[in-house]
Amino acid sequence: MTASPDTAPLIRFRSVSKTFRRRPVLDSVDLDFATGDRVALVGSNGAGKTTLIRCLLGEYVHAGTVAIGGRDPRRHRREVLRAVGFVPQLPPPLKMPVGELVRFAAKVSGSRPQAMLDVAAALGLEVDQILRQPFVKLSGGQKQKLLIGIALGRDCDVLVMDEPAANLDPESRKVFFDLLADRANRSAMLISSHRLDEVAALVNRVVELDRGRVVLDDHVADAVDMASRLDCTVTLSRVEPAFAKVLADWGFADVGGGRAWQGQVAGPDRLRFLGVLSRYAGVLAGVTMADAAHADAPRRALP
Amino acid sequence: MMGLLQSARLDIAESLRARWFLIYALVFGGVLVLLLVTGLTESRVMGFTGLSRLLIVYIQVCMAILPVFILITTVRSVAGDREAGVFEYLLSLPVGLGAWYWGKITGRFVAVFVPVFAAVALAMAWGAIAGYAVPWQAFGFNVLLLFSLSWCFLGIGMLISSLARSPDVAQGTAFVVWLTLLLFLDLVLIGIMVREQAPPELVVGIALANPMQVFRTASMALFDPELVLMGPAAFVILDAFGRAGYLVYGVLYPIFVGTLCAAGGFLLFRRGDLP
Repeated sequence: MTASPDTAPLIRFRSVSKTFRRRPVLDSVDLDFATGDRVALVGSNGAGKTTLIRCLLGEYVHAGTVAIGGRDPRRHRREVLRAVGFVPQLPPPLKMPVGELVRFAAKVSGSRPQAMLDVAAALGLEVDQILRQPFVKLSGGQKQKLLIGIALGRDCDVLVMDEPAANLDPESRKVFFDLLADRANRSAMLISSHRLDEVAALVNRVVELDRGRVVLDDHVADAVDMASRLDCTVTLSRVEPAFAKVLADWGFADVGGGRAWQGQVAGPDRLRFLGVLSRYAGVLAGVTMADAAHADAPRRALP
Repeated sequence: MMGLLQSARLDIAESLRARWFLIYALVFGGVLVLLLVTGLTESRVMGFTGLSRLLIVYIQVCMAILPVFILITTVRSVAGDREAGVFEYLLSLPVGLGAWYWGKITGRFVAVFVPVFAAVALAMAWGAIAGYAVPWQAFGFNVLLLFSLSWCFLGIGMLISSLARSPDVAQGTAFVVWLTLLLFLDLVLIGIMVREQAPPELVVGIALANPMQVFRTASMALFDPELVLMGPAAFVILDAFGRAGYLVYGVLYPIFVGTLCAAGGFLLFRRGDLP
């Protein structure tokens, strides 16, 4: 599905309001999103992010109009939602086996189950081992990977994701960012989070909601290549087993008897990585990070 | 059509995995095994013996437990799924609301009707093998009545699920509905109304409107053509409908009520917030 060029945006919210028991949750929201927009939808709990997403998915009745590709997602559910991939924040407690869920999702969206499983496998999910397991019995990370696989394993013009990387390990996040980078120019992405720093590196636009109103709608510098990598070296003043475990989880290799570590960090994950380092500031002796694509560029030394 | 079949398939698979289904199937299978083992087919009560006797007892047991089983399990699972976020996710997939809703009903109907039917069909098969005369006509009507009773309460359950926003409210409402219909049987409040000489139109009206009473009367008419067990009320029924007419009414009316409720539930579901 594509919007008519230059005239209509891919996603359009016009005067969208929603109340629950007379309490306004969305208050006359006007927003347009185009193909190529990667939007961070931020705001505190209760700001209206989930409600806005549910209106977009045609799950809530509301005042005003919502259109995807010029069509109402409520009235033209099948046509519209065929082009929308959704990853919820809280995985649903589905008792059905993983294979059945994937089969159902693929069947109704007109895509191949294998394509969905391939994406999940690329994220590090051992799909063959979990196909017969009930979805609800999977770990948080496994559920997240599978739901991402279902959303990205089909052709979507719109991706709606609620805290999509929250349960992913660093390696899976790298793959996830690559998958998003691959679609960056041919889809609109709406990434909801209550923390901007979690998604800042993924987006080129920030929309902040507060008590149901849009209080910020800003385009941000699109400087970070989602598929980029940073070569990192971390040196410690002493051996610290807990920190060593964290670095190993990030895929770092011990190159100096537990006091020097080397590895790669996905470009969009740099803030998160620095956040992790800050927890061990007391044992940090030095950190270097350099764009892996430009290894000869001057290294930025971080204290 | 594909969405409806997929939804139905999903619901059947979900039901087969659920604990309620296991208990449900065991109860109905167990009732029949109990009836067979305790030799009810050999006994003679009020002139009935063999498999006819078994069918009478089975249909009375079904009237007592089938509606409440269907109501509670339906509203619990549908309202529970909505509250747990299952609807939010599955309805973000491109499946039409009609296909989703009617597919769910279809799947659920298969799950609730098949065990009830299978139990009685297997009992008949066992009876035939053991050399008993199979009352085919009574068996056929029995199955039709069970079909319509199951559909009726499934429809009511889906309506309640669409109306109530939480599993607790849905469950409470379902219980009250079942209790109300149960109270307005000839055994309970209708009996009292007759004794207290309430207007006959009111009593007959309630009896004809209550799908449980309709089922009960039709199941009695199946084996007791003169409706001797019902007393003077039988004259009203037999005069107005005739035995065959009432049997047809007994099958069609609960189907009508169930369809009406299911359709009402669908309109509410389609017009309201989905998750």
